Amino acid sequence: MNRRLLRKLRNGAFLALSLLATLLGLACLAAILWTLLAHGLAGMSGQLFTQMTPPPGEKGGLLNALYGSAMMTLLGILIGSPIGVLAGTYLAEYGKNSRLSVVIRFINDVLLSAPSIIIGLFIYELVVVRMGHFSAIAGALALAVLAIPVTLRTTEDMLNLVPPGMKDSSAALGAYPWRTTLSVLYPAARSGIVTGLLLAIARISGETAPLLFTALNNQFWSTNLNAPIANLPVVIFLYALSPYKDWQDLAWAGALIITMTILLLSIAARVILAYLQTERGFK
Amino acid sequence: MDTFTPAGTILNGASVQDALMSARAVNVFYATKHAVKNVSLDIARHQVLALIGPSGCGKSSFLRCLNRMNDTIQGARVEGLITLDGQDIYEARQDVAQLRARVGIVFQKPTPFPQSIYANVAYGPRIHGLAKDRGSMDELVQTSLERAGLWEEVKDRLSQTGTSLSGGQQQRLCIARTIAVNPEVILMDEPTSALDPIASAKIEDLIDVLRTNYAIVIVTHNMQQAARVSQRTAYFHMGDLVEVGTTNMMFTNPQQKLTEDYISGRFG
Repeated sequence: MNRRLLRKLRNGAFLALSLLATLLGLACLAAILWTLLAHGLAGMSGQLFTQMTPPPGEKGGLLNALYGSAMMTLLGILIGSPIGVLAGTYLAEYGKNSRLSVVIRFINDVLLSAPSIIIGLFIYELVVVRMGHFSAIAGALALAVLAIPVTLRTTEDMLNLVPPGMKDSSAALGAYPWRTTLSVLYPAARSGIVTGLLLAIARISGETAPLLFTALNNQFWSTNLNAPIANLPVVIFLYALSPYKDWQDLAWAGALIITMTILLLSIAARVILAYLQTERGFK
Repeated sequence: MDTFTPAGTILNGASVQDALMSARAVNVFYATKHAVKNVSLDIARHQVLALIGPSGCGKSSFLRCLNRMNDTIQGARVEGLITLDGQDIYEARQDVAQLRARVGIVFQKPTPFPQSIYANVAYGPRIHGLAKDRGSMDELVQTSLERAGLWEEVKDRLSQTGTSLSGGQQQRLCIARTIAVNPEVILMDEPTSALDPIASAKIEDLIDVLRTNYAIVIVTHNMQQAARVSQRTAYFHMGDLVEVGTTNMMFTNPQQKLTEDYISGRFG
């Protein structure tokens, strides 16, 4: 009887502790979101999406920063994800147990958790110093380097989840490995790979450090890839630290926009995943 | 068959007149394991050959040699001579994709591709360019499904995914997919062991019909099944081919003690 009581007590205590930890985590998150909403919503207005970042003391918006962020994120994904997806395919399908794969996998894991500021410095040395100036393309390259490990990892994991029988069946019908990869494995792992891409977008669209050393910032509207360009994370960083109330409000609004975008992307990733899995009757 | 100089003894009944495929002194090694030992066996046209034996006896390993599916297994090594219509299938200039179009295989677990029923059947023909236009592809898909005995059940829902079918239907879809590339030989690796008895019976009936057009080699754990569907039976034990003969003879009057013990259920 005593033993049973003790077990029950222990169980209760453990449950209480894990609940507490969960609540603590969620409370932090809720507090962040609440602060963000409270300050960010005040700064929300139509101007945000139609006007440029203003000088101190004037009204303005974030249009140039939104455009710069969107373009660099898009370019970063376009450059980084093909490398990540192809390298992930190599690891999962071609060089599964080769020594090269072990090395690539290890380096990728390091890259996955490397501080993003290091990536910024890397591109700074490699691109910015050689070109002699900051530029949007350097920013996009830094983001691409950040997107590679995420897409590589998800692609490899998702391809490994495809039942081996499916690959054999394709080979048994006379398909070469490239055909099997394109026609059977990618469709089978599609939802997972797409989720990886969305996660990569979410990851790089909020990065500040790598852009500080590469794209820098631009007070004005610019679409020139060869010149510094405004972008949300750096604008938020600079404006939040400034002593001007207008700038601080813009920073809050920008932070809210980024958070909401990432939230929507994550939800979209889950919805797409769930939809494709039921549609294909397969996971 | 004198062109093949056998590097080992050929069992009585292992060779047949006008064989479609011939294996001579075939050995298979996986890393350290010697899975198939010196097996010589012919595959006749328009016949079902059943490979039986306890688990790990090498029957599946031997089967997978016949269309070089062992190539995809790391550390696997195949020795000996295997010919299809007199051509060595392991020689360097043999295109493996072409070989697999001529020697198809159906696996134990049905594995439809995550595509429509139509696309599943059309997959092989598209690879090999077997249909000139949409119309002839439609026709090819229909005949393949008809031959696999699945057409009536799926003709109204060809665009649904292959995975939406039941297990037995999926397996017949996989057979249709194999038939669609117009092979000469169909290998079956325990094709019904993942299916219920009714679905299994359908597949067995199908095998009997298919042999009018194809040579079939089936690996099975189910001895009744071997007795029902095959004309010839080969018994494997620990990598050796112990005995081979007409199914009737093998099940009523086996010459080897091992065969008799296995068939009468004393082990395995």
